[in-house]
Amino acid sequence: MEPIKKHTGIVCPLNRDNVDTDQIIPKQFLKRIERTGFGQFLFYHWRYDDDGNLRPDFAMNDPKYKDATILLTGENFGCGSSREHAPWSLLDYGFRVIIAPSFADIFHNNSLKNGIVPIELDREQIDQWMKQAEESELTLTVDLINQTITDQNQHEVSFHIPDYHRQNLINGWDEIALTLQHEDKIAAYEQRMLS
Amino acid sequence: MGKPKTIVEKIWEKHVVHSEEGMPDLLYIDLHLVHEVTSPQAFEGLRLKNRRVRRPDLTYATMDHNVPTQNRHIVKDETSRIQMETLKKNCEEYGIELADMHHPDQGIVHVIGPQLGLTQPGKTIVCGDSHTSTHGAFGALAFGIGTSEVEHVLATQTLWQDRPKTLNVHVEGDLGPGVAAKDLILAIIAKYGVKIGTGYIIEYTGEAIRKLSMEERMTICNMSIEAGARAGLISPDETTVDYLKGRRYVPIGKKFDQLAEEWLALATDEGAEYDKTITIDASEIEPQVTWGTNPSMGAPVTGRTPSLDEVEDKEGTKRALEYMGLEENQPISSIKIDHVFIGSCTNSRLSDLRKAAEIVKGRKVHPNVRAIVVPGSFLVKMQAEQEGIDQIFKDAGFEWRDAGCSMCLAMNDDVVPPGGRCASTSNRNFEGRQGNGARTHLVSPEMAAAAAIEGHFVDIRKYTGVLN
Repeated sequence: MEPIKKHTGIVCPLNRDNVDTDQIIPKQFLKRIERTGFGQFLFYHWRYDDDGNLRPDFAMNDPKYKDATILLTGENFGCGSSREHAPWSLLDYGFRVIIAPSFADIFHNNSLKNGIVPIELDREQIDQWMKQAEESELTLTVDLINQTITDQNQHEVSFHIPDYHRQNLINGWDEIALTLQHEDKIAAYEQRMLS
Repeated sequence: MGKPKTIVEKIWEKHVVHSEEGMPDLLYIDLHLVHEVTSPQAFEGLRLKNRRVRRPDLTYATMDHNVPTQNRHIVKDETSRIQMETLKKNCEEYGIELADMHHPDQGIVHVIGPQLGLTQPGKTIVCGDSHTSTHGAFGALAFGIGTSEVEHVLATQTLWQDRPKTLNVHVEGDLGPGVAAKDLILAIIAKYGVKIGTGYIIEYTGEAIRKLSMEERMTICNMSIEAGARAGLISPDETTVDYLKGRRYVPIGKKFDQLAEEWLALATDEGAEYDKTITIDASEIEPQVTWGTNPSMGAPVTGRTPSLDEVEDKEGTKRALEYMGLEENQPISSIKIDHVFIGSCTNSRLSDLRKAAEIVKGRKVHPNVRAIVVPGSFLVKMQAEQEGIDQIFKDAGFEWRDAGCSMCLAMNDDVVPPGGRCASTSNRNFEGRQGNGARTHLVSPEMAAAAAIEGHFVDIRKYTGVLN
C-alpha cells in the first residue's frame, strides 16, 4: 500500500451515524475479481437516483467537494459486512483519511490494511468541523508522525493510532512479509500443536 | 489453581504464536473458511508475490453468496459466473477442498462449517464474512475478516490481533412460549444499540442461553456483529458435545471422549472477570419486528413505530421511517408485507424450517405475498424433504429453493423489487440490502411464516394460541 506520512486535503462532510458498508458499496458491485475500479460505485444509491442522475441533495455531489480527500462522518462508520470493497471504493474515489467519532471494527481494520487513515475524534470537535465543512469550506492537514490534525485557522487537535498500525501506514509495509519474518515461530507452533 | 479465566482468555492464550510489548499478538488460525466474493483478490495477491497457501488442509471453501437457488446450472450473470469459476480455479491451483454449487456439502458457509463438524470448541475460525461470529455458538473464537486478512491467513495461517475486551451478555430467566432465539438477539440489539459490542468479544451467559439448542445458539452468535462485536461466543456444554458427536470432521471413539473433556474445560471459570456486563431478563422479551434501517430499530410486535418526539436521533429515525414508507407511531401489526424470505445464515437450519412449517401447515400464503424458503445447505434441504417439510411449504404456496445466501443480500436473482416490503429471517435491514429500494423487516422464522399467511405482522403467540 502507498505510504502516508502527512496529508492535506479538502473535507467532505457526511453527517450521518451508522453508515453501513451496504451503503458505501452496494452488493451488485461486489462481483468483480479485481481490487481496483470501485470508486465509481462509492455510495452509489446515495449519489445517483434510479435513472443514474446525480442527486443534488447529497453532499458528495456538490462541486465544492469534488477534490475532497478527507471524509468527515458520524458514529459507527462502516458497520455491517466485512467487504473490503468498502475501503477499496473510498480509496479509489480519492479518500485517504476518514474522521469519525467511532468506527466499526472490521471496517477499521480493513482501512488500515489499505493505507486509509481512520481517525477517531470526540463528537464536539467533529460537529464543529462538520458545520464548517457544510457551511463554508474546510481544509485539514493530518500529520501521522506527530499525530495531529490542523485546520486552515491553525487550530490543532491530536489523535492517537497505535504504533504498530501507524508505522504500517507511514511506511506502507507489506504485512505478510513482516509476518513471514516470524515463520520459524509459526512452524514451531505447528510442531507443538501436532505433538 | 490460577486466576479464573474467561473462555476468550483461554482460547487466546493457547493460540499466541508471537507476543511483544506494544504490539498486537500474532494469533494462529485453526480454520479458514473461504467463499467466492471476498477471496479472488486475496488469491491474486498471493500469485503476484509468488506466495503459497501455508495450510490448505486448514482451509475449506464453498460457493454461497452468488449461487442461483433455482435452475442451478444456469448462472445468468456473467460476473457472478466468473467469480465462482475463479474460486474453483484458485482452489484447484492451491489444493483447497471446495464444495462447489453442485456438491452435496454445498451451503451457506456458516451453516456447513458446523454441519460438517469443522467448527469445534476452542478453535480460532476466520472467514471473509462478518457473520463468521455464528461459529462462536460452539465456544470457538470466530470472526469476520477483510480480503487483505484473508490473504494474510492464506499465506501465514496467522493474524495480528489486538487482545479484545470482553462483554458478558447475561440472559436470566426463560424465554416465554412462542418467543424465539431470534427475538432474544433482536431485543438485545434494540435495547443496547448497534455499537454496544464494538471493540469487544461478546460471551452470552445465563440460564436462558444454556437452555438453547445449538441451532438457536447459532442464531444468537450470528447477530453479534449487528451489535458491533466481531465475535460472540457461548461456553461449550453437553449440548455442544452432543451436537458434534458423529459429525464428519469430528474424531470418534477414545479420541472424541478426550476432546469432549478438553472442550468442556474451555468454559469460562467461576469468578472470571469481564470488561463489561449487561443483564437481560428473557421473560420480558416479546416477538420482535424491526421497523427501520439498522437492526437496532426494532419493536415488539405488540408495539408501534417510534414517535419522533420521543427519540434522541430524530434525523436518523425520520430518514429511516421515510425510507421504510412508515408513519411514526404506527402499530407494527398494521404493516402489510408483500415478500417473505425464510433463509440466511441466521435462520435457515432444519429446526428453523420445522418451526416455520408448523405455522404454515394447512394454510395458504396470502394472495398479495410472494414467499420463498431457501434452506441453508444442500443437506438441510434433503433432510427437510425427507420429513415432508418441502411439501408443507409448497402446498401453502411457498417457493422451495436450493441452498445459498439468496435474498439476504440479493447478490443472485432473488431480489425484492424497489418499494417491496419483506418479512425476512435474515440479519440486516440496511437500505437496499435485499434490492435497491427494498424494505426489510427482520423477524424469526415463525413470525415470517405467520406474516406470509396473513399478509401483515401478527403476534405469533396469539396466532398459535400459546397466549390468549
